Amino acid sequence: MSRGTLYDKVWDRHTVTTLPNGQNQLFVGLHLIHEVTSPQAFGMLRERDIEVARPDLTHATVDHIVPTADQSRPLGDDAAEEMMSELERNVREAGIEFDDPTTGNQGIVHVIGPEQGLTQPGMTIVCGDSHTSTHGAFGALAFGIGTSQIRDVLATQTIAMEKQRVRQIRVTGELEEHVGAKDIILTIIRELGTDGGVGHVYEYAGEAIEALDMEGRMSICNMSIEGGARAGYVNPDETTYEWLRDTEAFADTSDHEDDPERFEELKPYWESIKSDDDAEYDDVVEIDGSAIEPSVTWGTTPGQVVGVTEPIPDPAELPEAKRETARRAQEHMRVEPGETMNGYEIDVAFLGSCTNARLSDLRAAASFVEGRTVHPDVRAMVVPGSQRVKAAAEAEGLDQVFTDAGFDWRSAGCSMCLGMNEDQLEGDEASASSSNRNFVGRQGSKDGRTVLMSPVMVVAAAVTGEVTDVRTLSEVTVA
Amino acid sequence: MSDNDADAASVPSIDRVSGAGIPVRGNDIDTDQIIPARFMKVVTFDGLGEFAFFDKRFDDQDNQKEHPFNERRFQDASVLVVNANFGCGSSREHAPQALMRWGIDAIVGESFAEIFAGNCLALGIPTVTADEETVTELQTVIGDHPDTEITVNVEAETVAYENEADDRTVDVAVDPAQRTALVDGIWDTTALMKSNAQATEATAADLPYVQ
Repeated sequence: MSRGTLYDKVWDRHTVTTLPNGQNQLFVGLHLIHEVTSPQAFGMLRERDIEVARPDLTHATVDHIVPTADQSRPLGDDAAEEMMSELERNVREAGIEFDDPTTGNQGIVHVIGPEQGLTQPGMTIVCGDSHTSTHGAFGALAFGIGTSQIRDVLATQTIAMEKQRVRQIRVTGELEEHVGAKDIILTIIRELGTDGGVGHVYEYAGEAIEALDMEGRMSICNMSIEGGARAGYVNPDETTYEWLRDTEAFADTSDHEDDPERFEELKPYWESIKSDDDAEYDDVVEIDGSAIEPSVTWGTTPGQVVGVTEPIPDPAELPEAKRETARRAQEHMRVEPGETMNGYEIDVAFLGSCTNARLSDLRAAASFVEGRTVHPDVRAMVVPGSQRVKAAAEAEGLDQVFTDAGFDWRSAGCSMCLGMNEDQLEGDEASASSSNRNFVGRQGSKDGRTVLMSPVMVVAAAVTGEVTDVRTLSEVTVA
Repeated sequence: MSDNDADAASVPSIDRVSGAGIPVRGNDIDTDQIIPARFMKVVTFDGLGEFAFFDKRFDDQDNQKEHPFNERRFQDASVLVVNANFGCGSSREHAPQALMRWGIDAIVGESFAEIFAGNCLALGIPTVTADEETVTELQTVIGDHPDTEITVNVEAETVAYENEADDRTVDVAVDPAQRTALVDGIWDTTALMKSNAQATEATAADLPYVQ
């Protein structure tokens, strides 16, 4: 049993009671909702004649089905328009704040929460989306829930849960140049498995994690769920506080004069919920950050990962339980054991998703784009994580850098991460993707092939037409 | 059984589920496979049953592919038997909703992704676990004898299966909270938690960030 961790403290502070089934009833500090998983929950409330308990602690956006090209209403896709209208009706009736695309605040739910300062340390945050773990980067306890649980939260602002074990993952040392947060989390999932985190919450710690900016920490916490852990977090520190100070929740703006005071009011709470120096964990795993290479997936689960120059494993040499999955994955991806992913031809480059579509991701990617052009056989797109990210990137001229090189510059949404709008792979196209899941069919085509990688690696693949070690990019002759 | 009961009093106890079985083999079967995202462009869960495992069952021309959910002999099955890390990935409740609406009332597996198991519980679908050998054996038995009558006993934590060749009972594990919730009929938590509104307010009042 863990003791004295952030998880233990936040859990205790939010426990309402123990339910007769042994689960805890936890208070929910922030409930984020979107168009795909919430409509049925509102329907259930209507059937039971129950009102939303705390609309003031609920916040809505639209991201999964929203087109990233033409967003004029009614939306071109009737089903998407119906979902949008349903969400509008639900938030209007309940009095929930909604960042629709006309507000300039719309975006992927896990991008907008942090950028508006809604996400804060020591909160419990839930959303009907498994990547809610992202918000753990701020020292919040944040996890994805299903629609029946959304109904629970709408009705009661609480959720029934069992306490989990806490695993501390210490990433030590200093990362090599051009190795980043995405490479760390892919390596963690590779080491601990796609189900290694089941029953656990991951606490990410160590020098390599502390050195990351907030965007990097979000990328890591985001993919906790790909490792089976429903939640992951980083203890808040000065990096966290700097981010918060810049958000409208705490910045000294003309219409919010007392916000800096609010920051000082809350800081003692944030400090109090940090894991104690002598906290006890259920287990501790150490990973050498300095040994991590730019990493990519070779298969169809996010745990099937290699360093870009490393040979793809032979299924026969894997543990028995992983062999069959590996064989099927290699057949689908058309890769052979012993080869490296370096040189794997791609048709599509996708820079986007709640994992890697924040301003610093776009900046890092753009720095490799300048002076290069997208390979003629590749269609490449950049989908900023939110309207604010898009606007900020445009203010810096990043859109010009990308479009000059031949990238398509789109509007904010989940886009090709899961293919619920028009942005999809076709046929057996292979994509270099900064997203989070390489499941068969995930990007909209069941024969499509997804290779997960960091934003800079996506750029390297986009300009060369094949998976390319970004560290060698300057030496590669580009088309 | 309904997922929309009006109050806690009408939530049924689910101490056991009986029926024919259907094996779906493979580790890490994710919720995108169980229900592809394009079928989630709906505002209700009605009608999702026919789309369960859709891309595994049909090719681009909608011709049937080899999959247990297409096999005539398994069409009346209600107990799904799966391998490790079933239901990983997206939190979409559409996945267990699609399985439930296809006819699945209980799932036996080596292990389940957490959010998926929680979603199943909210629908009153037990997710019970056993070791690889036990699960594989059960899948083989069902394949050989699709008429095998399977009883998932949540309360006793056993799975019994019976056909002309076999009559066996094996031990399985049920998460303690899941077991209590199902057996005592408290798996629909909305009304239960709503009755604690006062304690909820007190908890919130003690949190400095809640205004």
